[in-house]
Amino acid sequence: MKVGIVAVSQTPFGEQTPWRPQELTFLAVKQALEKVGLGFREDYEFIVTCSSDHWDGKTLSDVEHGEVAGAHLGPGEVKVAMDGANAVLLGAIKILSGRARKVVVTACCKETQVLDPCVIENFGFSVPYQQLLGLDFIQAGALQASAYMHRYGLQREDLARVVVAERNLGLANPRMLKKEKLTLGEVMAAKMLAFPITEQELRPACDGACAMILADEEAAKELTDRPVWITGFGSCYENHNLGDRDLAEAFALTKAAQQAIDMAGIGNPVQDIDLLEISEHYSYQLPLWLEALGFCEKGNGPGAFSSSKPQSPFLKPVNPSGGLLCGVPRYVAGANRVLEAFLQLRGEAAGVQVEGEPMVALAHGTYGPAAQHHCVIILERGF
Amino acid sequence: MPRSTAIVGVGQTFHRARRPDVNIGELCTESVKAALEDARISIKDVQAFIVGNMELFEGRYVQDMWQADFIGAAGKPGIRVTTGGTTGGTLACVAFEFVASGVFDTVMAVGFEKQSEGDTRAGLKTVSDPLWIRWLTTGAIGYFSRQARYYMRETGAPEAMGSVVRVRLAQHARRNPHAHLRMDLKGVEEAMEAPYLIPPLRQTDMCPASEGACAIVVTSEEVAKRMPRKPVWVKDWITVHKEAMYIRGGRHSVADLEMAASKIFKRNGISKPMEQISVAEIYAPSTWAELEWLEAYGFCQKGQAWRLEEKGFFYLDREFPVNPSGGVVCTNPIGATGLIRVAECALQLRGDAGEHQINRRPTLGFATAWGGSGWTVAVLLSATKQ
Repeated sequence: MKVGIVAVSQTPFGEQTPWRPQELTFLAVKQALEKVGLGFREDYEFIVTCSSDHWDGKTLSDVEHGEVAGAHLGPGEVKVAMDGANAVLLGAIKILSGRARKVVVTACCKETQVLDPCVIENFGFSVPYQQLLGLDFIQAGALQASAYMHRYGLQREDLARVVVAERNLGLANPRMLKKEKLTLGEVMAAKMLAFPITEQELRPACDGACAMILADEEAAKELTDRPVWITGFGSCYENHNLGDRDLAEAFALTKAAQQAIDMAGIGNPVQDIDLLEISEHYSYQLPLWLEALGFCEKGNGPGAFSSSKPQSPFLKPVNPSGGLLCGVPRYVAGANRVLEAFLQLRGEAAGVQVEGEPMVALAHGTYGPAAQHHCVIILERGF
Repeated sequence: MPRSTAIVGVGQTFHRARRPDVNIGELCTESVKAALEDARISIKDVQAFIVGNMELFEGRYVQDMWQADFIGAAGKPGIRVTTGGTTGGTLACVAFEFVASGVFDTVMAVGFEKQSEGDTRAGLKTVSDPLWIRWLTTGAIGYFSRQARYYMRETGAPEAMGSVVRVRLAQHARRNPHAHLRMDLKGVEEAMEAPYLIPPLRQTDMCPASEGACAIVVTSEEVAKRMPRKPVWVKDWITVHKEAMYIRGGRHSVADLEMAASKIFKRNGISKPMEQISVAEIYAPSTWAELEWLEAYGFCQKGQAWRLEEKGFFYLDREFPVNPSGGVVCTNPIGATGLIRVAECALQLRGDAGEHQINRRPTLGFATAWGGSGWTVAVLLSATKQ
């Protein structure tokens, strides 16, 4: 059996948006359903939502998100409390298990209503050891960035260049938050949050939601002439204690990608995958993830960003959307990578469409301190 | 075609009000070890993990991150799902789907709660919409006292019925070494000495705040047949949600329970549930809810449950055993509670429940989870593979 994505939609990403979290989800779901002419609540069998109690400021955040996606006495609902790419993964599993033919997947976060994200993140560390150190995710990221720089003798410029390149790409993407160019000097001179991560090397916080409709092979072909198939997926945890990890590597990403690639039956990923949409919450992550995925030699990741159009040494476009550094909400991040990859494969990525006809894309989501969990999804054009 | 799935191992902690001797990770480890021992497999055999709890109750963030080291998930695929009170039930369903999809052969679901780390009532208060109803929210106790009052008014059940249910559950719990509250209640009078929370709901009518964890091992048919333990087959499962604005005055609704049970029974040719199902482990947070919900599930007519209860019908050695484990009223580590219902049902069907094993020959088991704004997860387990 195959799983197809037949429609995607997203709200504009903004700061301090006037909408409540559930209203954002509703806007996204409504649009996605309209695109394939599905009726609200009646025409699908399951809903996978992705949101967070902490950022919504209420327990059981999916009470609202599920309701506006049509869960009331209709399709069942489940909430994935991790990066949005995992919601897509669970939606695909739901269809493969034969329990649903059509699944609505949504992800939403209104993160600018949280005044100090670092306080919440601090509670994500193990109580007896790491939390008491006052760590937050930026500091964990900074430790990872430092380990990476140290191992390969990288300079701050090597990482800052990633931001310049990404923001440059994002200029043409109407779906992203940030629309201003940045120079290398501006990135380097920005306020230092935790060495080597400056304010501009952090994914800008914003609000928004995205939604997509997944369907089994038969239903997908009924709903659209141009389905995109989810042919592989994988995920993997790393250890939690930062001291137990080799921070300059990302073995969990390598493992997650291997599962997805094996499942998709891709023999030579660096040749067969036409474009990558990767989650980089900090500048250092993009080159490091490229290495873990095998698209760059170890330590050579930053080289992919020396030109104005980032690409791997195998000439495959990397984050043509502009990526998370152009502003995508937390939790929505991974689902939005899937969404952008879908648009590229359909030739609908207005403004940022890559050249040629991409057939296979890899989308990636990550979450946790120093990216402790990775999720990889392989998409293939089905027309 | 989706693959058949089976539960081949279950494990749970000995649930208590407080477990200062362990942290959250260590608590989960206890249940994971127990499940592995029960299944007689090694952690290396587990291919993926499904974890969850109440996201906000311990006041912690991304708890699966910290747990990964303790439950053996590091280096392996995993997903975290949190659906409030139904989390345990959802964990089981997602585990079944991971296997049924054909992607994984052996997965483990782990649910837990360590309520002394945070403030459950403060957490639960934020379940209601901040714009409309948060200021009048009374948490679970307010909801279930209203429910009890409506049940009494509509069915003519006397106030003592809550305590009658409690005596049965307390006696069941005394036979279950894992149960949290194992009160030695001599009779209804003793239960009725307990103070009111909000009348007619007494302290003994409501579930406790427990700390504990539960884990189950789910495998494909192929793997299950090679397992040393007798597999318990997963027949069907369903999730029904009733959504948000439920405190709108007037009678509370049980439409989610009715819909979940009627659909799952219909799909599986169950027309006389009380005869065809041998044991029910239902998620009822109060004694009164247990009565009303047995009716909502369609086990008996409206207003009949308390009359059957009066006759002792639901004792584990009687006609229709309900919650032989002691149920949620005796043990409630929220994120694990739904999973415990499934695990206890599996033990009954295997015949491994020990002192609280039911008398009937077990064939079909019915386990539920309840939570959210009126959400029900129902699971149907079978002792044999049809």
